[in-house]
Amino acid sequence: MAAIIETQHLTHIYGAGMPDATVALEDVSFSVEAGDFVGIIGSTGSGKSTLISHFNGLLKPTSGKVLVDGQDIWADPSQIRKFRFLVGMVMQYPEYQLFEETVYKDIAFGPKNMGLSEPEIDRRVHRAAEFCGLPIDYLNRSPFELSGGQKRRVAIAGVLAMEPRILVLDEPAAGLDPEGRDTILSQIRQYHKDTGTTVLLVSHSMEDIARYANRVLVMDQRRVAMYDEVEKVFARAPELLELGLSVPQVTKIFLKLREMGLDIATDVYTTPYAVKTVLKALEAKKEAAGC
Amino acid sequence: MLRDITIGQHFPGNSVVHRMDPRMKLLVTVLYIVVLFAASNPLGLALSIGLLALLYVAAKIPLKLITKSLKPIMPVVLFTAILNLFFITGQGQPLFHWWFLKIYEEGVRYAVLMAVRVLALIAGTSLLTYTTSPIVLTDAIERVLNPLAKLHLPVHELAMMMTIALRFIPTLIEETDKIMNAQKARGAQLDSGTLKQRIQALVPVLIPLFISAFRRADELAMAMECRCYRGGEGRTRLKVLHCGARDWLCLAVCLAAFAAVLSTRWIWQGIAL
Repeated sequence: MAAIIETQHLTHIYGAGMPDATVALEDVSFSVEAGDFVGIIGSTGSGKSTLISHFNGLLKPTSGKVLVDGQDIWADPSQIRKFRFLVGMVMQYPEYQLFEETVYKDIAFGPKNMGLSEPEIDRRVHRAAEFCGLPIDYLNRSPFELSGGQKRRVAIAGVLAMEPRILVLDEPAAGLDPEGRDTILSQIRQYHKDTGTTVLLVSHSMEDIARYANRVLVMDQRRVAMYDEVEKVFARAPELLELGLSVPQVTKIFLKLREMGLDIATDVYTTPYAVKTVLKALEAKKEAAGC
Repeated sequence: MLRDITIGQHFPGNSVVHRMDPRMKLLVTVLYIVVLFAASNPLGLALSIGLLALLYVAAKIPLKLITKSLKPIMPVVLFTAILNLFFITGQGQPLFHWWFLKIYEEGVRYAVLMAVRVLALIAGTSLLTYTTSPIVLTDAIERVLNPLAKLHLPVHELAMMMTIALRFIPTLIEETDKIMNAQKARGAQLDSGTLKQRIQALVPVLIPLFISAFRRADELAMAMECRCYRGGEGRTRLKVLHCGARDWLCLAVCLAAFAAVLSTRWIWQGIAL
């Protein structure tokens, strides 16, 4: 499959040429295959947010290239909006961007900017609202009378309504209660499965990454430290800990068990798989005892 | 682009100018403005600019910063200078005459003096904000205005409002940036189109910004109430302003310099005659 997003030696310097110039990204090259669900992790200030702001041209690379669907997005700066519709971006705390009188109008803001026809906008708004679990009667309410979690869903629906081929989310679950967190993330996964949209998810929760992503990008010190399949990345737990990151709690338990002298696999990062591994280990033990 | 605003920005340092008592600095700045207007002859202006340059060097403020803070008001200064150039009528033959436009020697002199004076004024007041943190500055303003509290003027409340307003400028700029990015990501066109389209495009930015400003104000009020904030009466300060011998010495030096500049008012008349 072809790469849908690719960066080539991407470097970004804030305030380039000024005395207070700070390098935020250094020589980042990687590519995302269409249909992937990529988790992006990294400690604060490692360059995650700067990196994702390049995918839809909110930031312009100081040097290097960003290719979306094989095209350099800065080849013609006047066409940058085309890529903004192709790459939907949900920012951190997106509920603060709501402004319309009704939920319906707010979700329709993106599609309207795309210049779509009224019936098409209507279809998209309903579809996006349904995906985000917003009841139909919410559409005529003011977004400002909703709860925090509902506002966030409206904001995410506003991006989904543009039906982007790539969806980038910057900590979509930050500040929500555990239930709201699970709902939003599983809705995103469902959307990913149903539409085949490529998803890039920034998160600080290793559990979430382990549960939802199939590839992980680890950022450290403005560079890509690792980029691989989930199990391979979490298998490098000592390195991750060194980068100030963590591994899912289950993985921690298995690493500790291994340390204590138990012969057990450590490539465990989700609870169901952990149960399987423990059962397998117990059986092996029984068999050994039986002999 | 929003980060380019430098007027009123604090440039921390540890020079003589930075450490001078803020009340003194405030007084000196006001006097400087008075002197600029009272002694607006070429000699006086040259001297006061020289004095300002000395203070800038002492404060170790980079030249780049000054030019950057003067840049945004350049169009206004140029505009007034051009107006002065054409509208001041003097005696004798005009230097330049075309249709209804006449330029007199006096017009040129006045336009140049005026422009230089305004630039010196802004550079001078910028020095105050560069070397004094906004919090300390409002503190000083409150102390200077304190006598007016006797006239039941809410001096403390005004100073507190000013402190809060200054404190939230960077926060709101950052917030504006974020909201603009979020709306751009949804395809809003903020930097192209006709004037009407651009104004309309600002609505999705301004509404969330206002809402967030009100929310912040609400939160701040709550936090202040939680700490039992009750206003000025009987309030003590964390940092008490202290006027030392050095501050008085600085003031004396500045006053002497100002007196010298002011004296050019009569000296220049002597030269001009």
